[in-house]
Formats: sequence, C-alpha cells, structure tokens
Amino acid sequence: MCLAVPHVITEVLGENRAIAAAGAVATEIRTDLVNSPALGDVVLVHAGFAIEKLAPSESEELLGLWEEIRRLAGEPQGHGARIK
Amino acid sequence: MGGDQKVGRRAARTWGSNKMTSFVAEASRALRRIISSPISVMEVCGTHTVSIFRSGIRSLLPPELRLVSGPGCPVCVTDQGEIDCALSLLDSGVVLAAYGDMFRVPGKSGSLASRREMGFDARVVTSALDLIEIALESPSREVVFLAVGFETTAPATAALLLEASQRRIHNLSVLSFHKCTPPALAALSSDPELKLSGFLLPGHVSVILGHEPFRFLADDGGLPAVIAGFDPEQIMAGLVEIALQHQRGEARLGSVYGRAVRPGGNDKARSLMDRVFVRRDSCWRGLGPLADSGMALREEYSEFDAERRFSLAPVRGTPPHGCKCGEVLTGRIFPPECALFGTGCTPASPAGPCMVSAEGACGAFFRFYRRNGGSRCV
Repeated sequence: MCLAVPHVITEVLGENRAIAAAGAVATEIRTDLVNSPALGDVVLVHAGFAIEKLAPSESEELLGLWEEIRRLAGEPQGHGARIK
Repeated sequence: MGGDQKVGRRAARTWGSNKMTSFVAEASRALRRIISSPISVMEVCGTHTVSIFRSGIRSLLPPELRLVSGPGCPVCVTDQGEIDCALSLLDSGVVLAAYGDMFRVPGKSGSLASRREMGFDARVVTSALDLIEIALESPSREVVFLAVGFETTAPATAALLLEASQRRIHNLSVLSFHKCTPPALAALSSDPELKLSGFLLPGHVSVILGHEPFRFLADDGGLPAVIAGFDPEQIMAGLVEIALQHQRGEARLGSVYGRAVRPGGNDKARSLMDRVFVRRDSCWRGLGPLADSGMALREEYSEFDAERRFSLAPVRGTPPHGCKCGEVLTGRIFPPECALFGTGCTPASPAGPCMVSAEGACGAFFRFYRRNGGSRCV
C-alpha cells in the first residue's frame, strides 16, 4: 500500500493538479504535497498524490557506499574484509 | 550454476539493466565478506518484502544474514476488530469505499469482496479523493471511506477531509484506522525474543516523516537503521550499510534513498496530517494496543468521523482460528511455519491478511518461495 511510482509531470493543470506519465500511461495527479510542481519534474506518486520530487541524481551517501561495496566485493576470497 | 549467475540471469530479465545486475552481485559478494556471525535484519515495509522476493535477493544473501519481515503491510497490521467494525457498517446500508488491498481480508462476517457479491455496496477506490465524486453522485446515501495505511497514505485522507469540509459534503465520513510506524518499531526494537540486529526502514513512510522519527532506533536502541528505496540495488545497499555498521559495532541512522527522502521529510504532508488528525492509541495485529500509534480525526472534523456518526467502538478482535499473521508480521515465524500456509490458507482462499495483501509476507512466500522450490527461508 506504500507503493509509490515515479512519474514525469507532463502538464501542470493549475492549483494542486497535474498530468503525469509513467511510461506510456498518463494520469491526473494531485500536487498538494509538493512545492512548485513544474513540467519535467519527476515525482513519486502514491494513491493519486505526488508525495515528493525525486532528485536528479543519487545522494552522496549512496555513491560513497557503492564505492565501499565495490572495494569490498573486489577483495580476494578468504582474506576477510578490511572494513574501514 | 552459481547463485550469482542464477540471480544475474533473473535480474537481467527483471530489470533489463546490466549495470544494476552487476551492482547487486557486487553487493552480494560484499555481504559475504562483511558478515562473519549471524545477524537478523527486519525489512519493515511490505513493498520491500515483495521486491526482495521478486528480484531473487534472498538467494544472494549469506546464510548468516537472517532477513525477517516486519509490520509494514498496512492491511496486515489492521486489527481483526477494526476489520469487523468496518464490515458491520455495510449492514447500515452505507456505501463503503476502500483501497483494493482491503477487499479480500476476511472478517467475522466475510470480506468486503464477499459481501459485495451478496449485494452490499462496497467499492474499490484508487485515491481517497474518489470519495468526493461518489458522495456527490449519491447525495441521499451515507458514503464512508475505510482509511487504512501509514504516514505515506494518511495525507491523502487528510486532503479528502479538508475538501469535504470546504465543500460541505455532509454525506461523507471517514473511518480512520491509520497507523503511525515509529511506535511499532519501538515495540519491536526492544523485544528480547526477536534479537534484531538492525532495521531496513520504509522508504516511502520516510519520504513523509524524514529521518528524525527513526533516530531513536540507533541512538537509544543501539541498532543500525537504514532508510532504503525499493529497487534491488537500493535494498542491497541498505543491507550492506547495516552489516557494515553491525560489524564495526556502530549504530547510526543512515539513508540510501536520498533521491526521495529529505532529512526533514515532507513538511506539507505532515502539516496536512497534523491539521486533520490527532494521535490516539491503536490496536495492531500481532502487536496489540500501542500508545499514540493511531490517527483519529480532530474535534474540528468530528462531523466527518464515521466512528461518531455511526456510534462505532472497535474492540480488539480475535484472529481467524489457526492464523499466525500476528507472528509473521512481527518476525517471530516465517510464513511456511504456520500450519495453514499453503493448505488452509492460500491467495485463492486466504485465512489471514498476510496472504491476501500484495505486500503481505505470506502471499510473497507463497508466490515466490514455493514456486522456486527454495528450502532456505531463514
């Protein structure tokens, strides 16, 4: 029930409403819960409401973790992980 | 065929992305290098549970990592008494509308679906605001929204109530069984029987709440807690972060879902909820009554409160005989450990909500674990 699907806003209809598309499917959504919805914004849609805008790129925290994961994954087997 | 190769092929079919597949495989290798002793992690959200199964992540985890499902399926944690209370409203001749997940949850007197087949007026909606149209189309009938869900879903109900109030739609009311996530996690984090090592926190509840309401898990409970999104790569990253913290003897609140979750959450959504709802005690399936874990309508919106309008008083219900949903959604047992699983309880003929819901752990185990013939579920 907490499923939220990324949609792209394709048309802003006025106060609190917009058309948003997920793939080929476009639907009318409510935008009460996000600030300044604009054409091209990628929003998470849950139960007909945009609940947040998605940032264009991943967070620094996740990018840093990916580097750590790649380092750990690349270490030779049987030597134990050198955990920083 | 090695586990990584199997998952690699499945992942390529599922996600169509070599980059993602590669990352998941790397995270799997990293987990095997980090974890040297048994740890038990609870994935709180039902959407996580399903994503974990659908993507084959379980087959990639080292045997020392025990992944248990938590109370993050709103339909599943709705108490039996609340379901029976809602079903009783149909006898009053109201139009009762709810999200689709609720429709097949069995109560004492059938389910919303079975009672609709008997001629009662139960309707599926995909947005709370659909109730406005239903109420305007049937001005001579009472229209009730059965409002179930966590902080992700409650703002939409709040928007419905504001709109109904502004437009003076007097034949509309809300039966609010909304629940707040942090009190349930507080209860589970301090449960000595569970011996949890960390929490994979619900991404979309966190979109609304932000970081702060979950910080106590790490700061007071000493447990790594990481907010994660729902792609396999985000789930694996979250598990690696929990494992790293555990191995280092640390406990911090982390997030690998920064694209969607701002540290302060969504102010507008919380303001809307605060305007309409007030905290109250609430009864959870599997957890019992928890203080301040529910959302009741504020006095200003009492005219839209279905409990008042129809003099309802939900009491704690008794689960169906033999049903272990309460133990499943608190991580005490795995679904196949329930005697009804797969025989007396299937998606076609569910005994409990965890088999009904698209996010329920029993349904996920039935659909994915059995079909794959896997023997390891812990």
